[in-house]
Order: sequence, then structure tokens, then C-alpha cells
Amino acid sequence: MSENLIYSINGPVVKVKNSKDFSMMEMVYVGDAQLVGEVISISSDETTIQVYESTTGLHPNEPVIGTKSPISVTLGPGILRNIFDGIERPLEVIENEAGAFIPTGSHVAPLDTHKKWDVKVCVKVGDHVQGGDIFATTPETNLIEHRCMIHPTLEGDVIEAVSDGLYTIEDVIIKIKDIHGEIHECKLASKWPIKDPRPVKKRLPISIPLITGQRVVDTLFPIAKGGTAAVPGGFGTGKTMMQHQLAKWCDADIIVYVGCGERGNEMTQVLEEFRELIDPKSKQPLTDRTVLIANTSNMPVAAREASIYTGVTLAEYYRDMGYHVAIMADSTSRWAEALREISGRLEEMPAEEGFPAYLPSRISQFYERAGYMETLNGKEGSVSIIGAVSPQGADFSEPVTQNTKRFVRCFWALDKALAYARHYAAVNWNQSYSEYSADLEDYYNEKVSPKFLKDRQEIMQILAEETKLMEIVKLIGSDVLPDDQKLTIEIAKLIRVGFLQQNAFHPEDTYVPLEKQLKMMDVILYLNKRCKECVEKGIPVSTILQLGLFEKIVKMKYDVPNSDLSLLDEYLKEIDEKIISIN
Amino acid sequence: MSLQYKGLSEINGPLVVLDDVENPSFEEIVELTMQDGSVRCGRIVQIEGKRAVIQVFEGTNKISLVNTTTRLMGHPMELAVSSEILGRTFNGAGKPIDGLGSVFAEKRLDINGLPLNPVSRVYPRNYINTGISSIDALMTLIRGQKLPIFSGSGLPHNQLAVQIVKQANISDTDAEFCVVFAAMGVKNDVADYFRRSFEEAGVTQRVAMFVNLANDPIIERILTPRCALTAAEYLAYEKNMHVLVIMSDMTSYCEAVREFSSSKGEIPGRKGYPGYLYSDLASLYERAGIIKGSKGSVTQIPILTMPNDDITHPVPDLTGYITEGQISLDRSLDQMGIYPPVGVLPSLSRLMKDGIGEGYTRKDHSAVSNQLFACYAKVADAKSLASVIGEDELSEIDKKYMLFGKLFEEHFLNQGFNVSRTIEETLDLGWLLLSVLPKSELDRVDDEVLNEHYDHEKAVKAFNLHEEKIIKELNRDEIYG
Repeated sequence: MSENLIYSINGPVVKVKNSKDFSMMEMVYVGDAQLVGEVISISSDETTIQVYESTTGLHPNEPVIGTKSPISVTLGPGILRNIFDGIERPLEVIENEAGAFIPTGSHVAPLDTHKKWDVKVCVKVGDHVQGGDIFATTPETNLIEHRCMIHPTLEGDVIEAVSDGLYTIEDVIIKIKDIHGEIHECKLASKWPIKDPRPVKKRLPISIPLITGQRVVDTLFPIAKGGTAAVPGGFGTGKTMMQHQLAKWCDADIIVYVGCGERGNEMTQVLEEFRELIDPKSKQPLTDRTVLIANTSNMPVAAREASIYTGVTLAEYYRDMGYHVAIMADSTSRWAEALREISGRLEEMPAEEGFPAYLPSRISQFYERAGYMETLNGKEGSVSIIGAVSPQGADFSEPVTQNTKRFVRCFWALDKALAYARHYAAVNWNQSYSEYSADLEDYYNEKVSPKFLKDRQEIMQILAEETKLMEIVKLIGSDVLPDDQKLTIEIAKLIRVGFLQQNAFHPEDTYVPLEKQLKMMDVILYLNKRCKECVEKGIPVSTILQLGLFEKIVKMKYDVPNSDLSLLDEYLKEIDEKIISIN
Repeated sequence: MSLQYKGLSEINGPLVVLDDVENPSFEEIVELTMQDGSVRCGRIVQIEGKRAVIQVFEGTNKISLVNTTTRLMGHPMELAVSSEILGRTFNGAGKPIDGLGSVFAEKRLDINGLPLNPVSRVYPRNYINTGISSIDALMTLIRGQKLPIFSGSGLPHNQLAVQIVKQANISDTDAEFCVVFAAMGVKNDVADYFRRSFEEAGVTQRVAMFVNLANDPIIERILTPRCALTAAEYLAYEKNMHVLVIMSDMTSYCEAVREFSSSKGEIPGRKGYPGYLYSDLASLYERAGIIKGSKGSVTQIPILTMPNDDITHPVPDLTGYITEGQISLDRSLDQMGIYPPVGVLPSLSRLMKDGIGEGYTRKDHSAVSNQLFACYAKVADAKSLASVIGEDELSEIDKKYMLFGKLFEEHFLNQGFNVSRTIEETLDLGWLLLSVLPKSELDRVDDEVLNEHYDHEKAVKAFNLHEEKIIKELNRDEIYG
């Protein structure tokens, strides 16, 4: 084979002249330092490669070596608790080898090849197995059992199997003979190209909510297991806080957290916090169910594009084992910008705001990898995607937000005005929506209470009415409103401050179970009902406000512990007593 | 001896093209010697076979296709560092311009740096007491943070930066404190102001200055922050110092990037800025932090002037997405004579939540700051309502908010250039102001904390003592009736 040599270098884009050795999306090693790169376009006279590392110091005429396979990730035990960069290099290993700064061209194995796993083999010689079947399990963390599956394209009879015991990810566990008589070795770890979705048996309809313990999400704009949501918001509106809260408290089995082009300190914070936090259900540290992918904003831009795909591939892998996985991508705008940057270097014709014309199709391909699936081995698993979007100038009409909006079914719009007033989570109830509420109706009716959706509807109505009234108040002040409208404003304020605002740093308020959310709504709506009766009788709103009920109820989120919800019934009694006192 | 090339093939703005180059490397430094013997530096920014595109730092004035010889240096742009750089002044490319000769290099470092491994970072938790109430209480500066000042032309951002340098207190550690100042495209007067202020504060020996003035070449401007941050990283991580990096003005820097990008013929993004501006800014701002195994820290205060005071302009917008909060200055406060004119609502410090409270500042810090923010947000609502219907028509409670807003601006924000307040003074003042409002309005605070600190009587007395006029207004509003 004649050697392929670098011809031109422009930032992360490298070109090779007159080569027919490469295929599209093939992973290549560039230069003497063996930087990782990917082939992104081929013509008869030149091949274009984007390099996932800094190209400073690269010379023309250095060799480019193909690997004959697309960019892939290694899938196997050892993924959880780990922190990787955008192309699945373990950052902790890199730190041990190279110190605090990430050098270029470092080649480390993604997973620990020396660690011995306690493997239980689930098949025996003579069994017929096919793609997706589980052939071995091992406890990956105290929380998660890792189930090793036959590669999706394989099928055949088991001709050799080891007995249970300690093995590394490189040991052969079973051998399979396929119908052509070829023999395949199956190890604990396997490879999968990041840009191909992993196959499943079929998509199942969406019916179960992803319970997050965040009132504004669970009650007003729920997301389903296998669903997609976007969190757009200008800087400082709390996108990252929201992602952290969901990663901590949502009831998925596995969390994949992708820090894509965001701050280094934030990833450090996730690392530190998750080690200390204990999962309320299993009493194990949250890291036991988490994998972090960190491609901070100062790391090479091309790897930023890969990090999103790496994350979703890892998520799909755990889904195939029968787990519910949630992936937090913070932020997809940085990924889109990486696309734009590479596209600009390739001198492609730009569409809107310099973004390439294929932006919508890339975004849709990504979000469509979410879903509630029946896996090849007959289990049920899901991948839910929650992507943050950072619109330029907090302007939701920009291309990334608009295109994302078309492909997600849940939209939590974060609002600058709310964030300025330190109303967190700053989800704007007028701009946000969730298309899942109809899909989840049965679940709420059966598992929570038929009242839940009714209450939700009522709360939404009061908030909508307040929005209308505020238009008037902004013009003429609230004094001139009739009493029933003044009451609506007061109740809406109670909903906003007492219900929608949630304090992530308060031990009781950071996570709220659905039962408490329901009861809190009940209390507020009951107060609304009783006050309305009073107003109809001609009792002025100012008299009702002096009862101190509103002040007390606003703080019920702090005063009532999640463990003792019966206290909320006392509130109903107190409302009765006080209202009677003024009648 | 390395090869020299006579002449050039093309000149376009700050870029020159050299053909038939043997083995150039990407981002390599080159020296261009003019006929009169003067030397300019440049950097290879694009390679195509044997054709290299070079950006010339000092500009291409007087360069012709035949009057230069070019030499490749064989390494990327480096900065000579040693502890001696403190007290010195350099140009944007890191060459000394104070006439004291060159720096004896302990080390030569690549100015582009390498990305910091997130695993090696230490999450910043220790706060810097700036002595400025609005910053300490509401947007606390944390060691290792990057907290920009969003300002506009004519606002006192430079004074604020100087005041922070003067008052910053990190007395709880034995590590030394120093300042790296990067001036990018600033006016001569501004650079002078900083130099003078550092002298007056007696900190000159603790300051390294990298100065690229408004009339200096733009390519050097692109290098200025990189040189400054390389120096800062060296001082922090190898010499265990706490380094405060002040970079002014980021808008000029971004404009230099834009100018350079368009001369390279790149596809422009928003407002003509190149699509990679985010990555470019991130490669600077992300160099703030603390790393494991080193006592030092790099804290950045970039200053940027928002063109037309527009916070959605690409420069403040992208900066806000990378930095950990912002201090936003407000023109209307400035016009009212309030110094520092910190616009409280759009300002934010993302790291403060973990660096305040018990063990750092005081237990009630987060309660008082949340409540001040919430109340001041209502002041803004009341003000906008008052501008429509007039102040007299406001409801009683809105009037109380108007009063609170006025006191807050006059006493809390308006502190003066020479006043330094301790964190206790600041927080107590916060409670005192909140006590002006009825207790029931303070809904962000636990009852327990509220009972401990809320003291309406004291507030009345306190503001009565100093502000007779205001108390008259108070009486008129029948707040204490």
C-alpha cells in the first residue's frame, strides 16, 4: 500500500491528495503523533479528514493511516462511574499518564483491560443464540448488573463456554459457530460505531412518565420514558441546574450526562456532587448509575460533535440490557456550532446563520434515537433524551432552537425574566408545552389519582387567566380590578411561588414525590374554592388575605416533609376554620 | 541553520503567502527580516502542500513581494516565563517594552496551552472578599472563577476592576497574590490609568502587564490574552500564587478576530464574527480554575463593553455562555450618580451557591441574597408600573417596594470608590434593608432565619438617623402608622 500523506492543514481539517484507500466515516490516525480523525468527504483527487485533536505542530507529508472501521466505542463493564472525553477516552487514566493537561495523541484503552469481573455465564454449549441474547452477566456496580449481549449481527450455536469466574474484558467467554460454519469469539466488551443506532425488535408506544420530582415538570409538562425534551434558555436561566436536578432525581436506571462544549468547572461539580449524593431508592452513591462524557468548551471542536453520538450509543447499549436510560445533553447548541465550524472549514454553502443545510436532519437523527423499545432479547428498555439548547441572545427564533422544537415533544422554555427574579426552575408556563400529557393520562389516572389531571388542568387555567389579567394590571395597576379577579391574581401568585418555584438546595424541596405534588395542588385549589365562595358573598379580598393563610401555604413545600404527607390534610382543616371565622 | 526564503508570493491584509516551503508545521512561528534589518514575527495559519499562509503580527505595512527574507523557527509561539515577569510590562506578543531587557527564561511555554482535564480540576469554593457589597452579597466572586464585567462605553468598569484589585482579600491562605493585566485594544489613557492605579495601590511589583493599545496591530491583539494567560497559569500552577487576570477589552479582541477572519476569506457568522468565536473565547476563558496538587488559582475578570449596551450582541452573548456569571453595569444607575452602578438583576455568579454560607461567609448569606434579588425584581415591576400610571396611583405594597428600591440603591449599591465593607457589614445591611418591607413579603426565607434577622424597628431607626428626608417620606406613606 502506498503511503497516504498529509497535503493541507487548516485548523482541524486535514486533506490527503490522490488516495483511494479511505471510506466515508472511517477512523484514521493522522500524523506522527497519531491524532484521531474521521474521513468526512472523498473526491477522486482529495480526501478530507476532520481531526479530533489540536493540529498545532502537524507537518504536511506526515502519514495518515486508516483503521478500516468507523469511529466506534467500546461497550462493556466499566463504563459506569467513569468519565470519558468525546471519543471515549477515560480522563482519569489520561490524568494519571499525563498530568493535569490533556496532551494530543494520547492512546489509552477506553475501559480497564486488567480489572477482573465476577462473571456469571448464562448459556451453555449447544444453545442456539442470536443477536441481543444475554450470554453473561456481572455486577458492574452495586446498583447495576451488566448484561453482556451477543453482537446484534451474530447468530449460531454455542460451541464453547467458560465456567463462572473472574475474567477481564478481553477474555473470550463463549465461542459461536454460525450457519456458514464460521467461528466467532464473544468477549465481555464489544465495539459499536457511534453514528449507527443499535437495532431493536420494535418500538413500543409511550405510556410511562419519567418521574423527576420537579413539580413544574411532573405536573405541568411531563416527559415520558423514551421521550425527548428540549430545555432552551439564555445564559444564566438555569439550564445546567435543571439538567443536574433531573440527572440526580429522575427515576431512570442509568444516567448518561454529556457535557458538550460547556464549562470545565461544571463537570468537576457533577463529578464531586454525584460521588457524595446518595440515591434515595437504592441508598447507593449516584455515580453507581452514572456515566459522564466531558468535552469542555476548550477541548477540540471536532470531538464535541462526536461526544453527543458517543453518549447516545452508550445509552442505547444499556437500553438493550433492559434498562431505562436518560441522557442529558448539555448543550446541543455547542454541538450544532461544532457542525457549523467544520462546515465553514470545508467551505460548504451555508444555510441559516451560517449553519449547514443538513442541520435539521442531524438534529432529527439524534433525537429519533430516543424511544421506548422492545429489545432484541425481548426486554423492555428506553432511552429518554433531554437536550439543553443555548439560543444566541436568548432568541428562540434562531435555527437550533427552531429545528429542535420540531423534533422534540416536550419543550421547557426557560425565561430570563423569571431567572432575574430568582424564580427557579425558570420554566415559562406560557411558552412551554408537553405532548406527552395525553399519552400519560392512563398512568396518572391509575397509578396516582384521577384527580391529578383535573387539578393540573385547573392550575393551568388559573395561570393562563393570570397572564391575561397581568396585561391589564401592567397598564392600570391592580387596585382597580374587581375582587374576583384580584383573587385570581393572588391564587396565581400562590401557585407560582408556592408550587412552581422549587428550591434545589432545600433538603425537602429538591425532590418531591407525585403524591405530595397532588396534595399541594389540592390544598391550593381548595383554598381557591373557599375564597371564591367568600368573594361571591361580598367579603373583600383584603380581609381574606389578612387571615395569614396565603403566607402559610406558600411555605408548605418547606414545612411538610416528604415522609409525612398527612400534615397537608391539616392545611385543609385550617382553611375551613379560618374561612368560617370571617363568614 | 534553518532555511531562509527570499520574497513572498502574495500579500493580503495581515496575511502573506509563501510558496515552496520545505516541511512547514501548523501554527509554527516564522521570522520575516525586512531589507532595513528590522524583524517581524508571524505564524503559519494554513498549509496546502508547499504553500504556507502566514499571519504577520506587526502588520504588513511596507512589505513587498521581494523585500523580505523568511525563516521558519520550527516551534509554535512560545512565551518565556519566570518569576521575574512580575513587575514587568510586555507588548501583546510577550516582548518586554519597559526597556529593562529580556526576561531570563526559566521555561518557554506554548501560548496556546492545552485543555485542562476536567478530572484534574478542583471545584472552586473559596470566595474572594472584594469589599464591594453588591458583588460580595449578590454575585460573590469565587477563587478560580471567570466573572466578566459587562459594561458600556463611559461606564466606570475600569474603576471597578481597580477597586477589586485594591480591596481583594484572600488572607486565609499563605499563597501569594498577584495580578496579570492584559490590555487589548485599550486607549492609551486607560492603560495609563491602570498603571497609575497599580502604582498608587503599591502593587506594581505584583503585576505583570501585557499591553496592546488601540493603535497597535490587531494580530498581536489576538495573542495578548494568550500570552497573559500562559503567564498566569505558570504563576498559579507552578509558583502556587493566586492570580487575578484582568482582560480589557474583550470586545476589541473579538473585533480583531473578526478582522483577521475576514482577511482569511472565512464564511462569516452572526454580525460578521466567525463561526468559531465561541470556541476561540472558550479557549481563553476556560483557562481559569484551580488544579489538584497546586495551591494557586487563576481567577479571570474579563471586561467587555457591549456595543450600544446590547447584551444580545455576539460578544457578551457568547461570553455569558462560557463564563460563570457576569457583573452587569447599568447606565441609568450611573446617571443617578451611584457607584458602582451594578445592575443587580442581570448579574449573577454561578459558583456562589457552593462558596457561601456556613464555613465560607455566613449561614444566612444565601437567604439574604435570594430575598434581595426577589424583592429588587419586584421593585423593577413597580417602577415600570409607576412609569405608566404615576407613583401616586401605586398600591400601598408597591409604594413600599419603591421605597425599598430607593434605599437599596442609595445605601447598598452606592458605596463609593474608597469604601471597603466586610462581609458581615454587607449582610447586616442587607437584612436592615429587607426589614423595611413587611415581614409577609419575605417569602424566600425560612421563618427561623427570618425571625433571627428581621428587625423592623431597627430599620426605621437606622434610616431615620442618616436620612431624615426619607423617613419623612416613610411617614407620609404611613408605613409605620
